[in-house]
Amino acid sequence: MQSALELFASKGFYSTTIPDIALSLKMSVGNMYNYFKSKDILAREIIKYISVYLGEKLREINEEDISTKEKTRKIIEVYFKTASLKPEMIDYFLRIYLSNREVFKDGCEGMICVNEFVTEIMIYFEEGVKCGDLREQDFFSAFGLFMGYLGGMVFLKGENILPKDLDDYVDDIAFNIYKALSTE
Amino acid sequence: MKNKMRVLWLSAIACNGNTHSFLNYPFLEQFLDDFEFIYHPVIDSHYTLEDIVSKEIPCDILLIEGAISKEFQRADVSVVDIIEKYSKIVQKIVTVGTCATFGGIFRESGYSETSGLHFDQDKPSEKFNDLLDKTISVSGCPVHPEVLVNTLYAIKKSAVLKLDNFLRPKEFYAYTIHNGCTRNEYFEYKVDNHQFGELEGCMFYDHGFQAPFTHGSCNKILWNEVNSKTRAGLSCMGCTEPTFPKQNLFSTKKNMAIPENLPVGVGKRVYLTLAGISKAFKIDRLEKKLFDD
Repeated sequence: MQSALELFASKGFYSTTIPDIALSLKMSVGNMYNYFKSKDILAREIIKYISVYLGEKLREINEEDISTKEKTRKIIEVYFKTASLKPEMIDYFLRIYLSNREVFKDGCEGMICVNEFVTEIMIYFEEGVKCGDLREQDFFSAFGLFMGYLGGMVFLKGENILPKDLDDYVDDIAFNIYKALSTE
Repeated sequence: MKNKMRVLWLSAIACNGNTHSFLNYPFLEQFLDDFEFIYHPVIDSHYTLEDIVSKEIPCDILLIEGAISKEFQRADVSVVDIIEKYSKIVQKIVTVGTCATFGGIFRESGYSETSGLHFDQDKPSEKFNDLLDKTISVSGCPVHPEVLVNTLYAIKKSAVLKLDNFLRPKEFYAYTIHNGCTRNEYFEYKVDNHQFGELEGCMFYDHGFQAPFTHGSCNKILWNEVNSKTRAGLSCMGCTEPTFPKQNLFSTKKNMAIPENLPVGVGKRVYLTLAGISKAFKIDRLEKKLFDD
């Protein structure tokens, strides 16, 4: 899964073939098809794999007894850390999952394949509003602000446009996002 | 002469809604063949209220309607004193409706220390602890007439009723109002395009619907044998619960679009995961009117 993820993220979905993936795994193409009947199925399994990975990280944060402000910062740190240490994960999300929707239309309707991740973001928002830290608003207006901002920064980093490391932006971004979402 | 059970209907701080509901019981004639009211506020009875408070009339079941306060009197006698007198001689006490059970809307009546017989909302009240073993609660605003009558028949037949933590018969209150709701398909797929009075749509997301966390049998034992609030297109307002009445009954309290109160016993993470999956599907049949032109 990890090998396929890295290949897709670096070469793009359509330029990566099953023989490429089989080769990287030192596996025969025929055997590869025993595991995944098509490239589309493999692509869907990979996005679920990423969602579970990020969802578990966010769940740990949600279950900590800390303020919404601190949670906001920790979520940003986890996202950027993943983008730095496992850039293929975020690249896959941005460049494969969001850019090739036709691959995911059957079996990944709506947010089904990123459910674990989105559920934790929903819990972060819901608990933030419930305790009075965050302002009540439509879920997607808040979700877009948060994830669009982070995705945009990682994209800029991937394009070598950012002059500094992602970590150097955590303080400002945490301040901006919390200020935008909070009741303060 | 048939051996009828003798029943005292004592109205405390009440709107008489439970009486109105009871009068809609479809087999009232048969009921009155098996039970007789020694006193009822609106049904002819053998004794007057003055007789009830000045004498000790033989009685088998004490029904209490309305919230209770020491200050509140009937025939110049505190309802608490009337309850204490008759509770000693009856087999069973039944708190009829949400006010008699939890205080209900008449907790706001202005009388001091107003509550239900054994509960002030969900907090146990110790005033009548010695009566706990005798009491059965049938909450609701108003009580469902069949729930009341069937409870009385169970007492008459000496049937053992298993009770929940609020002394309500599990036979009627172990379920939620969601059970039997004809809109369950809309709930399953999170289709909420509802307007009050319409047949279509789930009312949980926007219209203040409380059935998934309200205990009762409204959608199992229909009102007037034909209908329920949810079937008629109106939200369940949670009228059997200690928290009744809440505020803003026609809108769902949400935090960032997520309902604050979830189906009873369902964890938030589980609910959101399921909801996320269900919402991904667009079921055309459920988006349309049931009777399209």
